[in-house]
Amino acid sequence: MTMMDSNTPHACDLAVIGAGPAGMAAAVTASKAGLSVVVLDEGEAPGGQIYRDIERTTPRRSAVLGEDYVAGGALAKALREADLTYLPRSTVWNISTERLIDFSRDGGSSQLQANYILVATGAVERPCPIPGWTKTGVTTVGALQILLKSAGIVEESAVLAGSGPLLWLVAKQMVDAGAPPVAVVETTPAGRMQAALPHLFGALKGHRYLSKGLKLLRAVKAAGVPVYSAATDLEVTGETAATGLRFTSKGKQHLVSANHIALHQGVVPNQQVTRMLRCEHRWDASQACFRPVTDARGLTSFENVYTAGDGAGIMGAVSAALQGRLAALDIATKLGKSAPERADRLEAALARDGAVRPFLEALYAPATAFVLPADGVTVCRCEEITAGAIREAVDLGAPGPNQVKSFLRTGMGPCQGRVCGLVVASIINERRKTQMDETGYFRIRPPLKPLQLSELANFKPLEKLEP
Amino acid sequence: MTHGTEKTADLVIVGGGIHGCSAAMFAAQRGLDVIVVEKDTVARHSSGVNAGGVRRLGRHFAEVPISQKSMEIWYDLPDMVEDDCGFQVAPQIKVAENAEELEKLAARARTLRGMGFEHEVILDHKEIREHLPAVADHVVGGLGSLTDGFAQPYQTTFAISRRARRDGARIFEGQTVTSVRKDGADWIVETAETRYRAPKVLNCAGAWAGKLAGSLGEHAPVEAVAPMMLVTARLPHFCDAVVGATGRPLSFKQMPNGTVVIGGGRRGRADTSDDLSEMLFPELRLTAETAMDLFPIMRGATIVRSWSGVEGRMPDDIPVIGMSGKHEGLYHAFGFSMHGFQMGPGVGSLMAELIATGATQAPIAPFSITRFA
Repeated sequence: MTMMDSNTPHACDLAVIGAGPAGMAAAVTASKAGLSVVVLDEGEAPGGQIYRDIERTTPRRSAVLGEDYVAGGALAKALREADLTYLPRSTVWNISTERLIDFSRDGGSSQLQANYILVATGAVERPCPIPGWTKTGVTTVGALQILLKSAGIVEESAVLAGSGPLLWLVAKQMVDAGAPPVAVVETTPAGRMQAALPHLFGALKGHRYLSKGLKLLRAVKAAGVPVYSAATDLEVTGETAATGLRFTSKGKQHLVSANHIALHQGVVPNQQVTRMLRCEHRWDASQACFRPVTDARGLTSFENVYTAGDGAGIMGAVSAALQGRLAALDIATKLGKSAPERADRLEAALARDGAVRPFLEALYAPATAFVLPADGVTVCRCEEITAGAIREAVDLGAPGPNQVKSFLRTGMGPCQGRVCGLVVASIINERRKTQMDETGYFRIRPPLKPLQLSELANFKPLEKLEP
Repeated sequence: MTHGTEKTADLVIVGGGIHGCSAAMFAAQRGLDVIVVEKDTVARHSSGVNAGGVRRLGRHFAEVPISQKSMEIWYDLPDMVEDDCGFQVAPQIKVAENAEELEKLAARARTLRGMGFEHEVILDHKEIREHLPAVADHVVGGLGSLTDGFAQPYQTTFAISRRARRDGARIFEGQTVTSVRKDGADWIVETAETRYRAPKVLNCAGAWAGKLAGSLGEHAPVEAVAPMMLVTARLPHFCDAVVGATGRPLSFKQMPNGTVVIGGGRRGRADTSDDLSEMLFPELRLTAETAMDLFPIMRGATIVRSWSGVEGRMPDDIPVIGMSGKHEGLYHAFGFSMHGFQMGPGVGSLMAELIATGATQAPIAPFSITRFA
């Protein structure tokens, strides 16, 4: 592999944004096909969120994080060995309509002209707006897992609350690390299993995931972790810092004391790049999120821009890598290169790996209270805007997320709408009794990530392309 | 084309920006039956996404009387529209970075005094630091208009539109005007959905107004431009004034919540065919540098947002305001060339007067569309 600092290319056949499973796999395949490839990633090392710090894992950490995590090591190794330019610590903050990528690295900013772009920016956690979720000590289950992966740190005395496979995975990892959670508070509504059962037969093709899920559940319960199911009316107690979680389960109110509350309602595609490029997006009712419209190979509505992995719709790490390879093959073919591997095998594997999804999506769809919080609940934490204020703005006549944003500043803070976007859109949609595709989403403007003013002052645009 | 409905009024206004909505509000208050037709949503373009400066400082001399009149309305606007509009009275200051620039500013203040306007005053080395304690050491002075201000542009225009509705105006959003034509004594304004009929039409279509005027045989060379703005994460409070520079383009202000909005003349890419604008960051390198030069505290600032919007600019950088040079019952107010927000209420008021009574005392002759004929 090449790591160029003074000699970073200014143009490439394919720019891959993100070095998670989709990005790494795509970059390796494209480079094998003979394309010039640049991988831009924010991390210090390859892996993305799912395989974060995979190259530095210790035997003990690997034992805790499990075999699915360790599997990422092969992808990272292949990326390191491939003939391509890998640029870690690179933050892409803008992409022009001519696919000129503006990015920051080491205190300055520069540009890269890409013929094709693969957006492999993965998923973000779905927001969990409940009363008190902005208090100190409240975090997300994903954030807890990041600590575990990157520093081997386990949060002592944490309550995990929410829904979805990651909740159980992290609970099990905490058990294995010797710091089991104080409690697991599951918010999957009663009756969801019946709703999911029709999908079970299809899901059996993905039995590996099902049996893994059941193992996790059993292991957490066997470790003596109190588990509360079908919890509702969650509220974080405490003045400014969390002291515990109050909720109702099976008709009884409970209060579990803890200084750390980790919330989770599954993950959704990170739409920032595809939205900024104004790619077409559609509401996916099964996943309860927007996803970019793509063809079978991941091509979006934006010329020569592909997406693969969870950013295209939540499918998990194995599918992400398969999608990345398929996108790379498609791009290679369009550039007249011969394919280094067979697409039909990848497609078959993708179908097998995705078989479990409809079951999981039916089982773990977020409960209404998390999508449409009560009036008093803060939705936009940067600007401290409540669900009630959003409903009032709609009643005044603000027709969509962008007008509500202009009016209330929801989505204008440092998170740039990444946290609150889906909830804001859902509240407006419900209030106006319309469809999510009509309600739409925030217009995403650059910079995609906060940018130092000095990085802009030290911007070195490509001279020939300067207007 | 078949139409489900025809709607009639005394006045149809094309464009739901601050000028269209203000004119609708004041015309409705004068008793006219008003319809506004807006192709997107109220304040979708430059009225909703400008820097929010309520600025008399530094205006073209021909605009000063209208801008003054508008300022008087601004002070009452929050009461009038029953919304604070995020409006705050604050100094607007242009800093001078050397003696030559300061002399240029002083000459302007003298000219204005000669015209009878006292609102722009010279600030010396000491005075400018009373208003801008965080300004860089090399700044020698400046020109200030101390009771100007700033407001939230979308909030303001949205509030004006709601006041106009309460006053009886009907505002139809999401309807693109496909043609405007004469039918006897009336104008017919067509959209795909509806036909609007009125004896009078006001063209407030911003960047799209030149096309409308052109379709009626009046030449108005409107250029679509996209002013760009940057917004930082919150910083400790350090600046109460809205600041511009003299020798290089900059507009700079810290909002009450601590964020800093940086803009100032540099333009992105505007496209009126798809209503889109695009940021051109290479153009903003110097803006970032200027902000850091004038306020050293900005060296640690982080940009979290940017925006640009589509705005109409005239070749002489002053708007078109007044009656058509060609047609009875046709009026224009557009092409505010990136400085129309403050003038919105004033121009809306004088246009309502002109349309309702046939005349206005406001000195609008320099803004006639006939200057391009």
